[in-house]
Amino acid sequence: MTESFKGMKPSRRQFLTGAAAAGAGAVAAGAAKAAGDPLITEVQEWAQATGEGVDATPYGLPIQYESDVVRRNVEWLTADTISSINFTPIHALDGTITPQGCAFERHHSGAIELKKEDYRLMINGLVDTPLVFTYEDLERFPRENHVYFCECAANTGMEWAGAQLNGAQFTHGMIHNMEYSGVSLRTLLEEAGLDAAGDLKDKWVYVEGADASSNGRSIPMEKALDDVLVAFKANGEALRKEHGYPVRLVVPGWEGNMWVKWLRRIEVTNQAIESREETSKYTDTLEDGTSRKWTWVMDAKSVVTSPSPQAPIKHGKGPLVITGLAWSGRGAITGVDVSIDGGKNWQEARLAAPGTDKALTRFYLDIEWNGEEMFLQSRARDSSGYVQPTKAELRETRGLNSIYHNNCIQTWWVKANGEAENVEVS
Amino acid sequence: APALAEKYGLGRPATADEIAAWDLDVSPDGTGLPVGSGDVFTGEEVFADNCAICHGDFAEGVDNWPKLAGGMDTLNHDDPLKTVGSYWPYLSTTWDYVNRSMPFGNAQSLTPDEVYAIVAYILYSNDLVDDDFELSNENFLDVEMPNAGGFIIDDRETSEKHFWKAEPCMSNCKESVEITMRAAVLDVTPEEEGSEEV
Repeated sequence: MTESFKGMKPSRRQFLTGAAAAGAGAVAAGAAKAAGDPLITEVQEWAQATGEGVDATPYGLPIQYESDVVRRNVEWLTADTISSINFTPIHALDGTITPQGCAFERHHSGAIELKKEDYRLMINGLVDTPLVFTYEDLERFPRENHVYFCECAANTGMEWAGAQLNGAQFTHGMIHNMEYSGVSLRTLLEEAGLDAAGDLKDKWVYVEGADASSNGRSIPMEKALDDVLVAFKANGEALRKEHGYPVRLVVPGWEGNMWVKWLRRIEVTNQAIESREETSKYTDTLEDGTSRKWTWVMDAKSVVTSPSPQAPIKHGKGPLVITGLAWSGRGAITGVDVSIDGGKNWQEARLAAPGTDKALTRFYLDIEWNGEEMFLQSRARDSSGYVQPTKAELRETRGLNSIYHNNCIQTWWVKANGEAENVEVS
Repeated sequence: APALAEKYGLGRPATADEIAAWDLDVSPDGTGLPVGSGDVFTGEEVFADNCAICHGDFAEGVDNWPKLAGGMDTLNHDDPLKTVGSYWPYLSTTWDYVNRSMPFGNAQSLTPDEVYAIVAYILYSNDLVDDDFELSNENFLDVEMPNAGGFIIDDRETSEKHFWKAEPCMSNCKESVEITMRAAVLDVTPEEEGSEEV
């Protein structure tokens, strides 16, 4: 991905056209009331004839009416679609588990096809015995299951300089959250033997993929032996091709770039390799021109997914569900505060379930909407005591050019007509 | 974790040839560099044949493809230009990345000498060496990268310590809220399918 987030092509069409359609629907429903709703008073086809047989769909896709719940890409972000990004439709999802079929993709040389029979994993470097595993070997090691978020380091990166993209999918959708099944990296490293590495404190693990980009990254041994997983299942089934089939690395809480897909080699080293993906990319330039490297952890972050620019209020005044996602690479979400007045006042949202370590957490705030405009914000807090900052606070310490790790509080301007827009506020 | 790690007896020893085929990474201290060399003139030719279509004849970049040269002393500007010359801390990364992952769409097709030559040409394009320069595994570490000292290790836990707040403000946190920027004014968001007719 290039860094030219600023040179974009204008488009003439309105992004959001919800208001007119919503009005027409309300009229039809009103007219039906006199004699009764024909959807009730008249026998419908689906209540009379039969539906599809169980042999119609061996592996199903969502119903056609959900065709807008799809990954989207933004053409002007990158030079081509091979080394590029697309976005999870978080504005339309609920709960915390991301359906794999619409979970975002980020490739550096495309989504490769690597079948299990051709798969090999090598462990080499400072180990007692360099090893080669087949896919079948990996399935014979003791297995673990964990739910974790994978957030691209560049998520929200286009928003550093200002409000740019109009929708939670585009501003916050470089993320997915899945239940992974796999083997702990620790188990595999111990199978190769770490006596040869000596003192493990200053050792590193270099990981790379089987694709042309290789996406090599250096991970300190302490993390490698802690909670990193070599995963082959996600949300119950094999990884999708675009998510690293048949084997990927899961690096809980850390930037998505390190979650190496199509994992083919793990090397124990004396030093960080300082590969392209940890020097040229995934380093964060500060205002004075120096840059942070090894900014691995994704800080606490949240976003209101509805209402949002792609999910306007169409039902008028009255009960309104405000909902969103919160997550932190530093631990569990302990609370989310929501403001409807741009951060003047906050109230604590309800967590759908207690936050878990380095995973997405769903929050709700149920309000009575009086039809007036709102400036919706959410603010996450995590188990380390970290509180999600405003964009102004982030810019104060980092300037405008760090590209990655933008975990600022997002503002949606919900207008009286129910439409919402991505804005920045004072 | 157990004090004595259990072994499962899975996998098999990797052969030396297998390790040599896959372990290609090069460290900042030169570990991993194969014997070889290449000069700027050769590099110009190899670059023209394999790289210039995207990166430009002078490594200046075509369209939205990465610029490999230029941008010296721009890192503290509003729009920093980050290239091998202006930004990359180690020459090892250039060699390693070109060798393993370039050209885009035909990776791992270059010989070590061709990679040395390309890297020499990129250095020349960045005005870091003269046009008669020859890069080899012998003199590799002599090349000074301008931004070698430009990186600090993640310091968020100290420089951003104030983000760990005991009691975040809950009420009357500020006096006014004014819109300072709107995404709809910029209007660069892709269309939703289905809304095109309206």
